[in-house]
Amino acid sequence: MSWRTRLLTLLLALASASPLQAQSLLMVRSHQSFPETMLDLQTAIGEHGYQVSRVQRVDIGLTQSGFETDRYRIVFFGRPQEVRRLTANYPQLIPYLPQQITLFAEGEETLLVAVDPSLYKELVSEPEERAIFDRWRRDLQAIFDALAGAPD
Amino acid sequence: MRPLVLLIALATLSAHAGPNGSDLYTRHCSACHGEVGTGGVGVPLALPAFLGTVSDHYLETTIRTGRPGRVMPAFSQLDDAEVAAIIGHIRSWMPDGSKVPAHDTRPVAGDRQRGAPLFAQHCANCHGDRGQGGAGTGVTFSRSRALPIIAPALNNAAFLDAATDQMIKQTLMEGRAGTPMVSFLEQGLTEQEIEDIVAYVRGFEATPIPFEAHADEPPYLEYASPYGVEESVEALKRAATGKNFRIIREQNLEFGLFPQDEENANQRIVYFCNFNLINEAMKLDPRVGLFMPCRVTVVERADGTVSLMSINPKFMAQFFNNSSLEAPCAQMYDTYVAIMEEATL
Repeated sequence: MSWRTRLLTLLLALASASPLQAQSLLMVRSHQSFPETMLDLQTAIGEHGYQVSRVQRVDIGLTQSGFETDRYRIVFFGRPQEVRRLTANYPQLIPYLPQQITLFAEGEETLLVAVDPSLYKELVSEPEERAIFDRWRRDLQAIFDALAGAPD
Repeated sequence: MRPLVLLIALATLSAHAGPNGSDLYTRHCSACHGEVGTGGVGVPLALPAFLGTVSDHYLETTIRTGRPGRVMPAFSQLDDAEVAAIIGHIRSWMPDGSKVPAHDTRPVAGDRQRGAPLFAQHCANCHGDRGQGGAGTGVTFSRSRALPIIAPALNNAAFLDAATDQMIKQTLMEGRAGTPMVSFLEQGLTEQEIEDIVAYVRGFEATPIPFEAHADEPPYLEYASPYGVEESVEALKRAATGKNFRIIREQNLEFGLFPQDEENANQRIVYFCNFNLINEAMKLDPRVGLFMPCRVTVVERADGTVSLMSINPKFMAQFFNNSSLEAPCAQMYDTYVAIMEEATL
């Protein structure tokens, strides 16, 4: 393991030890059906200044394996210039970008889940670029709130 | 003058209104437990038999400390008033006229030795031979289940901290209607035998099941490649295929973010899948899509060096607070390492 990886691991371990570790995953329940939630999600991502890069279906063999639904998708998204700049300056972020949201049907409702992006700021040293991850977290929470119809 | 008085009155009202339990529940709890407590990824809360046997102290401690390794996170950022408001909202699902239990904290007079075989005979089938609980998340409507709820882990420090002996005893005596938990009195056990089981469960405090959060894992895996980007991509695809993965996609990292002719071609992603692995992991936790699809990125740096990079599944696992993901994440870690080692030989 290189010194850089050791340092990053230490920083992340320290960050993970904070009380916020508990909410490492952001989750929300949409009361809309899966197709409506998919549409609303893509709209909300755009309204917050992000771009959907692609949608991955994860449905092969699910119903044959006992799952009641095959409505399971992964949405990849990001702000193009930020993704380009961050992956150029901090290649260690490459495996985690673009960001992704996983959503799946639960009865007539839909669950959405994503890793709290602010956890990744520990991989970045410049304050200005670290702030990007806090903004990503706020935006993601706002997107999820919009889908839940939750209060601000 | 009047508008000013009105404003002051409104501000005063607002200051004294306190947190809204319904709103807080929606924000922090409903994703897992359902908007009206019917359960989902988390266990159902709106069962009269559950709310009739747990004290406010139990709920408060559970919200604050969660269940390490059992999905339920610790909401340590909520203040006392917010936790109380959430509990008040959950209590609104109790049937009219029912009372909030307040268990005393005296230990039961049970015998742990006598309780051990009783636990093995009556409890271990659902709660596990070491009290580790059933595998997977609470209730997932996305998948058929034989049980409407996954048996909780009794050998869990946070559970044992939250639950008094009297609460465990009451649950054993009365069972929990709406779940597979039956009344042990009706099953023919005596009150003394039930107290022996409680003593055995309390004894788990001395033999806790360890849960490693893996916070000390490096966040990503990286292997230097002796090849150029194209050769590395081909070697990677061969290695993944050789490990029984299907290549599902190859693209630049910037795909979909920039016009195709402006994408950075020095960050190439190869996606691959093993559908059996996916299905097995989803049975344990439906949120595992965050690991998917399997992906290795071939990166050429400005100095011309090429490397293969992936997430570290063991590092990612800590975010899920689900001990049943430890083994599959360790397996995926080994698989990533094997694929990247082979591809960079």
